[in-house]
Amino acid sequence: MKLHIKNGRVIDPANGVDAVQDLFIVDGKIAAIGAAPAGFAADQSIDASGLVVAPGLVDLSARLREPGYEYKATLESELQAAMQGGVTSLVCPPDTDPVLDEPGLVEMLKHRARIVDQANVHPLGALTVGLKGQALTEMAELTEAGCIGFAQAEEPILDTTVLLRAMQYAKTFEYTVWLRPQDAHIGRGGVAHAGPLASRLGLSGVPVMSETIALHTIFELMRATGARVHLCRISSAAGLDLIRAAKKEGLNLTADVGVHHLHMTDADIGFFDSNARLTPPLRSQRDRDAIRAALVDGTVDAICSDHTPVDDDEKLLPFGEASPGATGLELLLALTLKWAQDQPHGAQDAQGALALAIGKITCEAARIAGLPAGTLGVGAAADVVLFDPAARWLVDGKALASQGKHTPFLGYELAGQVRATVVRGRVAYQR
Amino acid sequence: MPILHNNPQLNKNGELQHLLTIEGLKKSHIDHILDTASSFVGISDREVKKVPLMRGKSVFNLFFENSTRTRTTFEIASKRLSADVINLNIQASSTTKGESLLDTIDNLAAMHADMFVVRHAQSGAPYMIAQHLNRTRSDVHVVNAGDGRHAHPTQGLLDMYTIRHYKKDFTNLRVAIVGDILHSRVARSDIHALTTLGVPEVRAIGPHTLLPGGLDQMGVRTFTNIDEGLKDVDVIIMLRLQNERMSGALLPSAQEYFKSYGLTPERLALAKPDAIVMHPGPMNRGVEIDSAVADGSQAVILPQVTFGIAVRMAVMSILAGTHA
Repeated sequence: MKLHIKNGRVIDPANGVDAVQDLFIVDGKIAAIGAAPAGFAADQSIDASGLVVAPGLVDLSARLREPGYEYKATLESELQAAMQGGVTSLVCPPDTDPVLDEPGLVEMLKHRARIVDQANVHPLGALTVGLKGQALTEMAELTEAGCIGFAQAEEPILDTTVLLRAMQYAKTFEYTVWLRPQDAHIGRGGVAHAGPLASRLGLSGVPVMSETIALHTIFELMRATGARVHLCRISSAAGLDLIRAAKKEGLNLTADVGVHHLHMTDADIGFFDSNARLTPPLRSQRDRDAIRAALVDGTVDAICSDHTPVDDDEKLLPFGEASPGATGLELLLALTLKWAQDQPHGAQDAQGALALAIGKITCEAARIAGLPAGTLGVGAAADVVLFDPAARWLVDGKALASQGKHTPFLGYELAGQVRATVVRGRVAYQR
Repeated sequence: MPILHNNPQLNKNGELQHLLTIEGLKKSHIDHILDTASSFVGISDREVKKVPLMRGKSVFNLFFENSTRTRTTFEIASKRLSADVINLNIQASSTTKGESLLDTIDNLAAMHADMFVVRHAQSGAPYMIAQHLNRTRSDVHVVNAGDGRHAHPTQGLLDMYTIRHYKKDFTNLRVAIVGDILHSRVARSDIHALTTLGVPEVRAIGPHTLLPGGLDQMGVRTFTNIDEGLKDVDVIIMLRLQNERMSGALLPSAQEYFKSYGLTPERLALAKPDAIVMHPGPMNRGVEIDSAVADGSQAVILPQVTFGIAVRMAVMSILAGTHA
């Protein structure tokens, strides 16, 4: 199978490429950029005039809801959503039912994903059995089954000794521990950023210190163990300051943010809109501005969709009772581009801002996850997205492939629409 | 979603379609309700305590959270307006059978309800109901009878009625709200009403554990020392301290709370000599208020209850006369 993608603007931050060039794909791999390899005769060609050709997106947090929550979403629906969103590799957290704490479950998930044959699915294993924070999982076995790291999802570990042991054990095999910093007690039961808005609306708050206290603990344990940690979905300016300092100190860590937090603040809760009920909560404008700045200065390495399909029965409830989360796979690209277009930090020109933004959802994310993805380098797997950066579309639940129809961006018009998604050299989606 | 960001309690003409919160109401809205209420105050003294303003209308009291007092006052107010009242204790029926909140609303709306009076333990629940009705049944009105920690607008309005009755003018008052501000929907509604009506100084008094952040943004001065906070105030609004909060991580004991924040005659003497003492009820005597104050000449706690009927009549009759 030979695929020729011609006349597109190839943006490949991993290799510093941004130019109108042709892309040649042979047998599922990138064969050449620019000039056709010797003897190349395309079986299929796509005219990408006016489109951006970029590495397929790598999403560091997408809940597929399998196993256990198939009424909220299935692999079929969510991997189709990934294709429509240009996401060719995704990392899924272990908070399924049952929890991904046994190799058999991971193998089953990988097997199901292979059958669906769309985006590459990379599970995170549970760091502790049942995410209960008591006993370590069989990390080596889970890694063999296909886990790329270990996480506690939304369940903070109560006993710090267990977290210490887990990090020591992970360090033994050089596994990465993925943690969303949240204190186990402060902010528990909270549904909104603890601030003036939550006070006014009478919503219980999650204080910023829930994040910063946890970060202090994690950093101390990193100093003690040398474990590598990826920090997930940082939400606060104060948390980012701590991460900036920890990186400077030389701790072996990376960090991501959820794409909603680049744009929205707690004010978007408006009149108790449960679509804006997210975990971690949307915070203040100052926090949002700090997140944008931290992406530019490198404190934050990557942007994830934090894709969390929630069904109507669990969303159409009073704000505090509604399940947190929003659908995101199909919005990740457009919302990341929106950030690039806003150009809040004058240092970047438009071209540089676009490459920076694409890097945060391709090569940077792949580096964190340890995946050979997010690149259009010759010889790499041919995972490619073609998108029209100028095409505007309306976010409409009915038009989303994801079974999750809830997002605080419903009714927004966004720019940047996927035209084709190529996975391992095969055109898996085309609009 | 643009529709959610329109203020759901106002219709397109800026009139009250629902009463969900006092926040965002204009002074003219509040004045209109208070003026209407004053025309109803006399009705309760008549031999026939009824006016026909809501004859043929059905008011459904939907109480997802227990309440005797508030539900009763709404029931009396509805009956004095000649409406038919249906009391539903939802806690004990539908939701325990797994029916969703909006299914319950759809069913009741199909029974031709004209107005829902809603109390719910979750902040914002009446908004969800009102927004749903705005999309499906724009002729049905919602009155928030207390949602979580968020708002209790009719209590706020009856408090304003009481203050206006005794003090006439809002623009030269100091008002202190004392106690568990953190969990109090009454406090939030009072604060919005007082600032909207032009009260120059609103104070909140309590220990740090019971004062939410962000009060200064709501235009409130906070005091942790009650003696300083009560100095020269015209109005004292005491809040009820819930039993479950009297001992634990928020407060060590009811005794210590009374010692630090209970309203005693000595403390009342720090306020202006003609200061009035209010309480939304039910009172915990000896916890937040001394009986000598509760039964004293400056207490207006029972008149609050009486005015509450007239204020709720005013709210319901105004809403019933508003069309989407």
